[in-house]
Amino acid sequence: MSTVDAALARSFGLNDEEYARVLAIQGRTPTLTELGIFSVMWSEHCSYKSSRIWLKELPTEAPWVIHGPGENAGVVDIGDGLAAVFKMESHNHPSFIEPYQGAATGVGGILRDVFTMGARPVANLNALRFGDPQHPRTRAVVDGVVRGIGGYGNCVGVPTVGGEVNFHPAFNGNPLVNAMTVGIAPKDRIFLSAAAGVGNPVVYVGSKTGRDGIHGATMASAEFGQDSEEKRPTVQVGDPFTEKLLIEACLELMATDAIVAIQDMGAAGLTSSSVEMAGKGGVGIALDLDAVPQREAGMTAYEMMLSESQERMLIVLRPEREAVARAIFAKWELDFSVIGRLTDTGRIVVRHQGRVEADIALAPLAEQAPLYRRPTAPTPAPPPLGAVADPAGLGAALRRLLACPDLCSRAWIYDQYDATVGGQTVKRPGAADAAVVRIEGHARALALTTDCTPRYCAADAEAGGAQAVAEAWRNLTAVGARPLAITDNLNFGNPEKPAVMGQFAAAIRGMAAACRALDFPVVSGNVSLYNETEGRAILPTPAIGGLGVLDDAAQAVGIALRPGLDLVLLGATAGHLGQSLWLREIAGHEAGPPPPVDLAAERRTGDFVRARILAGAVAACHDVADGGLLVAVAEMALTGDVGARLRAGPDEVPPVAFWFGEDQGRYVLAVADAPALLAAAAAAGVPARLLGTSGGAGLTLPGGETISVTELRQAHARFLPAWMAAGET
Amino acid sequence: MKAGIIIFPGINRERDMAIALERSLGRKPRMIWHREEDLGGLDLIVIPGGFSYGDYLRCGAMAAHSPVMAAVRAHAARGGYVLGVCNGFQILTEAGMLPGALLRNASLRFLAMDCHLRVERADTVFTHRYQRGQVFRAPLAHGDGNYFADAATLDRLEGEGLVALRYATPQGESTAAANPNGSARNIAGILSPDLRILGLMPHPEDLVDPLLGGEDGRPLFDGLAEARVA
Repeated sequence: MSTVDAALARSFGLNDEEYARVLAIQGRTPTLTELGIFSVMWSEHCSYKSSRIWLKELPTEAPWVIHGPGENAGVVDIGDGLAAVFKMESHNHPSFIEPYQGAATGVGGILRDVFTMGARPVANLNALRFGDPQHPRTRAVVDGVVRGIGGYGNCVGVPTVGGEVNFHPAFNGNPLVNAMTVGIAPKDRIFLSAAAGVGNPVVYVGSKTGRDGIHGATMASAEFGQDSEEKRPTVQVGDPFTEKLLIEACLELMATDAIVAIQDMGAAGLTSSSVEMAGKGGVGIALDLDAVPQREAGMTAYEMMLSESQERMLIVLRPEREAVARAIFAKWELDFSVIGRLTDTGRIVVRHQGRVEADIALAPLAEQAPLYRRPTAPTPAPPPLGAVADPAGLGAALRRLLACPDLCSRAWIYDQYDATVGGQTVKRPGAADAAVVRIEGHARALALTTDCTPRYCAADAEAGGAQAVAEAWRNLTAVGARPLAITDNLNFGNPEKPAVMGQFAAAIRGMAAACRALDFPVVSGNVSLYNETEGRAILPTPAIGGLGVLDDAAQAVGIALRPGLDLVLLGATAGHLGQSLWLREIAGHEAGPPPPVDLAAERRTGDFVRARILAGAVAACHDVADGGLLVAVAEMALTGDVGARLRAGPDEVPPVAFWFGEDQGRYVLAVADAPALLAAAAAAGVPARLLGTSGGAGLTLPGGETISVTELRQAHARFLPAWMAAGET
Repeated sequence: MKAGIIIFPGINRERDMAIALERSLGRKPRMIWHREEDLGGLDLIVIPGGFSYGDYLRCGAMAAHSPVMAAVRAHAARGGYVLGVCNGFQILTEAGMLPGALLRNASLRFLAMDCHLRVERADTVFTHRYQRGQVFRAPLAHGDGNYFADAATLDRLEGEGLVALRYATPQGESTAAANPNGSARNIAGILSPDLRILGLMPHPEDLVDPLLGGEDGRPLFDGLAEARVA
């Protein structure tokens, strides 16, 4: 067995100062198991030691927020006595090492964070960033991640209803896999993790513990080098069938009064669940590892405490209800074992084969966890873009943009995800700016979206952070929903680099400003740092998962155009081409500042659009995002399979800037009564402009060129199937 | 008509099926845990979709040997109706209650999308609210829906009119392009010789509400509601 010393501590990810703190707390050399516990609890992944001080700047409260950050997931009141429980979490590092299992267990983990609070999961979403399609590894990562998300979500029977995908060379060695789950619970039946009741049994349920995923949290807190492939044994293996049984068994148990506290065993497994439950409850906990259901023989205490085997939960029961609980888990054929008791010692004491393998005071383990205000350095603002020549014209640019990896049809991906299971999916992927999922037995529906534009964040993290929040709010608004709250998944590089920490702090500033202006608080989240390979950081990616509510699912609108309607643009257009996809794909460079977000205008325009939708005056609505206005109109035409005739833009904005600029805070509405809409917009102080009329089989551009919807569809549909097929032998 | 839905561990479309049945039959179906053995008093047994036992062995192979399946056979022998959808269809073939097998999709990928189905036979309790040759839409969601049987079996199914549904274009042509998973002769659903057992891969139960995109699946359940039962 390894000698416990500073060198071993370093290999576990603790620096010398942190190890000295361990020695001080223990008053002796820690055992191997104790060192393991300290190292995972103090890892970046579990302790948020670099990010915590910045996260405090995010607004987390609103009258409808029931539980904000700090619980397993965020909880908001959605009316009808119901709560939505939701969170997004990253599985970036495992998904590069082993894409299928990395992504699959990412889905499994976030599902557990939600049903551990008593909510039945009703929807999954994801936010994915992959490397350059030309990079040799990207295709295999895309294939494995998509199969993994589908393989897990489809099997557990939770519909995957939405998501987003980008490609960029900055993700070549470090893809991002962010998975979001949304559940529904009665708002007075939310289960929390704080343990209580000295002497109460601590029960382990679910899968057996194996040697998989040991030190996964530590791996997720380090950069990748060339040896990342060798880290495959730290990736866990998912079993969605057991997860499905665990969901049903836990929900059945939650309908009784047997549970005092419950938490899933996620990152750092038995260690973090037992330490956090006891710590939050201010009690002690004594564990007997001989009682832990084990998949293989000869496991040590260290291995069991650090295993990240999946599909496991830790429950504190009312002692007189132990038999009730045991019967439920027997029915579902899941392991159920009393592995410990709550104590009044304030310590975690771990016994194995008659020996005390760990004995740690919980208060200092939590309170003396490292907390760093790491140095930050600002990223210089990009110089203004200046004049840009138009090398292509509108029609050719539109064809190329619709075909490019960042704008092409995502059907190849979402056609592998079961979006309808549950029988409540009102707007499936591709049909609307946000997914819409009705609540079983109610008229009410949730609107759900994930959003971030990493290239904006790289150019200006503060503007990009604000834009990500605003775009989520906009996408919910565009279906007619009232945006309620967000979960965030902050993916950044190495926080020990001041430039990266500067990006992080700036993104938080931008997000916080947008959250405040839009009454759109953060209720849960996850931070993923050290997203670097061989010293190169990813684009900063604060992915936002947004949740809104519609009182009546029948009021939701999609993006599909119908014939005989007027198309009206709402929101102001200056023609901002900096960091636009047109600039990158057509003009061939990534430059300039990202589009600014005017939060007051955002709010005014969005509130106006939502009111028109809820008044029943809007047939289709699409926000203007990546690719700009002409791409937005083309997407509406493609989805509705109907053409449109467009009028010229304003004289003062060059045509490419008007049609491909990515100015924020804009929507295209298809309406039967444009004069009424224009008058109402004028009265509300919202800029509005008639763009054209829908109908026919082609999209007629202002210059007179007509592109058939069929041709647009071929361009839009081509890339992903062709690219993936090219990799099959 | 009294309906029951069997729940094996890993089944996940039982709520969708219950909603569709209740909408047409006007009463909630009985939810039957797989360890139950008494299916008395039921006219229709539904085996819904999902991943019974994780489908870690061949899809449906474990569930087909579950004790409740003896009761399902007895129900069928009594002349009761049986509907197997997706994993339910796989279970019925594994149990030998319908011929053939469901192989991996030809693309080797899980597929979740709408397909179009042509009604080959409209004189059964399941399909009589459709017209023969009518095309309706249904979501599908499976990794193993590629219907396979040997040529003699396929010829017998065709000859005896036991092909209930075929994948087709919206215009009703059963082309290769309209076949999502490689199924032999575009077969999406088949019947038992007494026409009392239907197995199909797509999910009509997920399209019974205009708000969710249409009511194409509703005639199947409305038809069951009108069935004469003993």
